[in-house]
Amino acid sequence: MSEKKFSKKHEWVSLDGDVATVGITKHATEMLGDIVFVEVPDAGKAVEKEGQAAVVESTKAASDVYSPISGEITEGNKAIADDPGSVNSDPEGASWFFKLKIKDKGEYDSLMSKDEYDKFCKENPS
Amino acid sequence: MEVQKTALYNYHKNLGAKFVPFAGYEMPIQYKDGIVKEHISTRTHAGFFDVSHMGQFFLEGDETLIESLEKIIPADLKNLKVNHSKYSFLLNNEGGIIDDLIITRTEKGFCIILNAACKENDIKQISQFLKKNHKHLLNNDLSLIALQGPKSVAILEKLIPGVANLKFMTGNNFKYEGENLYVTRSGYTGEDGFEISISNTKVENLIDYLISNEVKPIGLGARDTLRLEAGLCLYGHDLNEKINPVEANLKWAIAKKRKEGGGFNGWEKIKNLLANGSEKIRVGIKPDGKVIARENTKIFSSDNNEIGFVTSGTFGPSVNAPVAMGYVKSEFSEIGTAIQLEVRGKKYGGKISELPFYKKSYVK
Repeated sequence: MSEKKFSKKHEWVSLDGDVATVGITKHATEMLGDIVFVEVPDAGKAVEKEGQAAVVESTKAASDVYSPISGEITEGNKAIADDPGSVNSDPEGASWFFKLKIKDKGEYDSLMSKDEYDKFCKENPS
Repeated sequence: MEVQKTALYNYHKNLGAKFVPFAGYEMPIQYKDGIVKEHISTRTHAGFFDVSHMGQFFLEGDETLIESLEKIIPADLKNLKVNHSKYSFLLNNEGGIIDDLIITRTEKGFCIILNAACKENDIKQISQFLKKNHKHLLNNDLSLIALQGPKSVAILEKLIPGVANLKFMTGNNFKYEGENLYVTRSGYTGEDGFEISISNTKVENLIDYLISNEVKPIGLGARDTLRLEAGLCLYGHDLNEKINPVEANLKWAIAKKRKEGGGFNGWEKIKNLLANGSEKIRVGIKPDGKVIARENTKIFSSDNNEIGFVTSGTFGPSVNAPVAMGYVKSEFSEIGTAIQLEVRGKKYGGKISELPFYKKSYVK
């Protein structure tokens, strides 16, 4: 597994060969509050970089989750759809949102490193 | 217009509140614990809510004050006893709801609690019916604190002896640190509790006491999930000027005597609706799965005809499921009727549900 990369829309990506795993960051869950609904994409769905791929809802509002990278979905994490609260407890581990087969590794390389992302969050407080 | 702040603004800040603009005020939406924990602690222990943005409108006058108010409020004010409260409305000529309110008979007249976003217009509307000898005052020197939850009575009784004797929807004057305060047994959460009208200069002391008794601060976020589980309406969402009390399924709040005798704004229309029913009606809605049907979600019948819309929808932490309220054509309003909810372009199953979603435990 490669190091995690981060998007400005608060998703994280890790890469294993040409399969990327995508989730939302701890920072995102802190902004959202208590997560009460998650909708993940089905395998086979094509997603574009920065295209809408999943939905997450907190007690406050619904938000789209974007794919930071283009590709074809290979798996949505049904476990988080069954237990949305788990996203609050382990957002950057077991509670990933979806996996996808990527087309262009360059899209992954262009995302932010952990340090860059932390700096981005500090400079762009919600 | 400048954003207004309640007397407790800095106190909320120190408690870690996240603020949102609400009805012209900077109000806490949540504190450090977050909405779900705040909701649960209100249901299991007690929580306090700063609702000082709401209007505390006092009226004084002779017998003619009752006649004036009864022209716009369909409650039986003549027979309302001192220190007793009623849930009611201000109605327009079409029977539409200008605001919903709690009116309490005082020694000298009435006190009406008005929604923050409506209070200025409400006072204009009420004033049309007032006579020269009727005095009125929107008292901004008072804060309003709701204390809600099963432990409220034990906690408040220790500080203000006598409050435990209040029955639901009654109130009285009490002494606190040498000052008068007015306490009613009421609320907006489906729990037992109190609303405390207290001077802005004393309110921090009261909150210090509540916090020392492990009463958590509760923001507008949990206030919304609590009231929705309790099946209570939020003005501007579930109620507005184009909706009348019959459609809102609140005809119980119009006094029997007033239904028959009339003499209030919109009575002709309401009398007709009471006899023949309304085309649409407010109902509770339970989505079958986990999907949340939020405000403006379209409602369809099982054979795909559009039959209504959602006016409030969220996740109910105590019900542990999504809950909603909305308006449907009356023929689809029976409890258990299967419906469909269109969320993000997809239709999800749901059912018309009984209200409240969460059973109350008021002290009668």
